[in-house]
Amino acid sequence: MDDVLTAPMVVEFPFTRSLGPVLSAFLTGLRERTVLGVTAADGRVVVPPTEYDPVTAEEIRDLVEVGQRGTVTTWAWNGAPRRGQPLAHPFAWVLVRLDGADTALLHALDAPEGPDSVTTGMRVRVRWAQERTGAITDIACFEPAPHDTPLRGRPTSHPGTFAEPVTSLVAAARLDYTYSPGRAQTRYLNALAEHRTKGERCPECRKVYVPPRGACPTCGVATGEQVEVGPAGTVTTFCVVNIKAKGLDIEVPYVYGHIALDGAGLALHGRVAGIPYDQVRMGLRVEPVWTEGGRHPDHYRPTGEPDAAYETYKELL
Amino acid sequence: MTSTEPDPGQVAVVAFAQSRHARATEGLSEVEMLLPVLRDVLGQTGLSTGQIDFTCSGSSDYLAGRPFSFTMALDGVGAWPPIAESHVETDGAWALYEAWVKLLTGEAETALVYSYGKSSVGDLPEVLTRQLDPYCLAPLWPDSVSLAALQARALLDAEATSERELAGIAARSRAAAADNPHAQVRGTSPDAATLLADAYVTQPLRRHDLPPVSDGAAAVVLATGRTARRLTSRPAWIRGMDHRIEAHSPGARDLTRSPSTRLAAEHAGLFDPGAPPVDVAELHAPFTAQEVVLRDALRLGEGTAVNPSGGPLTANPVMAAGLIRIGEAAARIARGEARRAVAHATSGPCLQQNLVAVLESDGPAEDGSAAGGSAEDGLVKDGSVEDGQGGEGV
Repeated sequence: MDDVLTAPMVVEFPFTRSLGPVLSAFLTGLRERTVLGVTAADGRVVVPPTEYDPVTAEEIRDLVEVGQRGTVTTWAWNGAPRRGQPLAHPFAWVLVRLDGADTALLHALDAPEGPDSVTTGMRVRVRWAQERTGAITDIACFEPAPHDTPLRGRPTSHPGTFAEPVTSLVAAARLDYTYSPGRAQTRYLNALAEHRTKGERCPECRKVYVPPRGACPTCGVATGEQVEVGPAGTVTTFCVVNIKAKGLDIEVPYVYGHIALDGAGLALHGRVAGIPYDQVRMGLRVEPVWTEGGRHPDHYRPTGEPDAAYETYKELL
Repeated sequence: MTSTEPDPGQVAVVAFAQSRHARATEGLSEVEMLLPVLRDVLGQTGLSTGQIDFTCSGSSDYLAGRPFSFTMALDGVGAWPPIAESHVETDGAWALYEAWVKLLTGEAETALVYSYGKSSVGDLPEVLTRQLDPYCLAPLWPDSVSLAALQARALLDAEATSERELAGIAARSRAAAADNPHAQVRGTSPDAATLLADAYVTQPLRRHDLPPVSDGAAAVVLATGRTARRLTSRPAWIRGMDHRIEAHSPGARDLTRSPSTRLAAEHAGLFDPGAPPVDVAELHAPFTAQEVVLRDALRLGEGTAVNPSGGPLTANPVMAAGLIRIGEAAARIARGEARRAVAHATSGPCLQQNLVAVLESDGPAEDGSAAGGSAEDGLVKDGSVEDGQGGEGV
């Protein structure tokens, strides 16, 4: 089998999220070095706070301030930190029940003495980030608090109001992939690089797919028989683009059309040029124009042949 | 459309197929990976796409980073003339749940359920961080292995298990997978003592406590009442199914227990008085310690064979691994190896959401007389062999 094409692909998606009243108070509190929880219907103090009761789902709003020291309820040693995690050197993931809270918060524990120094039940304290913006990462991490004893008593009520509260959060995310178009599209792209267009025929309905995706979407069976189509084809329908796309070095107006290459069972799309935009028409015969080193046709231009009769392409619209 | 409404016991798994799961299906697009599985499962029933009343799939675009990949996957179904179709962005077990409900309404007699995941093209433990709470969890990028390690530590601290027991679960799973040509981690299996000599990956987890990273696909055909009996001589009837969810924050839960699994099992009829014993449990426990939690939640005793397929510790195609549990449980019933089976699927961190299905045969089990399957079972596996690697992710 031919080598299948692959390419690195990065997907980045910064989501801007509204915080709502409870998370706004919690994250603004972190900016101000204050840790807030919320009192649930059964009296338990939930940290990080939620807007809704974890058991009854009723709306809860009674905020309290909890301690900045707490007890590790479970831990895991992360010997090889990944991108984006709180510490770049080996650390322990911990669930920490802060003094006054009844649930635990996930974060990193900086434990320079290694996994043997970490135990469930150990006391830890918040290490604040130098620069705080109103995010969970305003807690840089936790650090061991040896000889510390838990604070007793209930946490005190807190209004949750701060000057200049944060109301939204931009969650940046980046994921890295190695993209492969699969075998069928690799065959197509490799042929295209040699300025040939190869579709694939469905063994059942005999339709020739261009570009092929490996399966006939009508019959649900694999395609495999390669069929060279074109190079010329017929404009089946088109539109005139009047708005310049960002980063696209093409003067408007231009024509973008559906082009049924000769022998293809469906139309592909491409730019039609070499003719004034207002003279492009259904049935126009066109051929691909390749640029030096290009893996795709740059555009399609008229062949000069007479227009195709509507009957020859009406099933390909 | 059915003329009479079937009762809740009258939907059955009539066919199951799965891929040869592998660390990477080199060069196959998702639809190219899925297509042979769809052909297989439809071929077992003799049905064409046009004869299937409802199609439902489960997958996630995040795995391979391909937007709307499920629409591309439909190429493999043959969706013209237009079919009745739906999709869930989670494991295919939940797609099967939707299809089951559809069949129970009487709106359909047959359903095709499929799911697939190509984890090899991304960094799976990192990808899975994106399913977490975007405010307090996702910004810390806690990978799935680390979260599972927190759960395992909680179980060890509670003395609900031991590292030796966890190694035993891994060894048993690998030994069971020796007979499963679809499994990825197969072959001669070191015993628990040997496994325990390994270094930690994420303490307290060793490599054997983790599932392999897998590419793979699975498909099931469901049918009601008489149609099910027409399509196979030995339908695996779905006696009940339910799914339940717990709080999203792992720190708000007792990680040593799974009340959602227990509740789903109750609603699925697993504990019904007078019900026959459970012969087989196929549990979607990608990490060894999670099996301990699930055994307790499902009240499984010594008489129940757990993950005789090898389970997700030997092949874990994310998005398909839960559906495979239902398919494997049904296959045991179809082969006459089990009379009553429970299948479980999970989603989210640390067994956050859980689905339980109870499957039963028509009659008593036949002591493995049909072991290995026969053509008329409609559940014949192909005999291909795939060598695999040990655990490394989720």
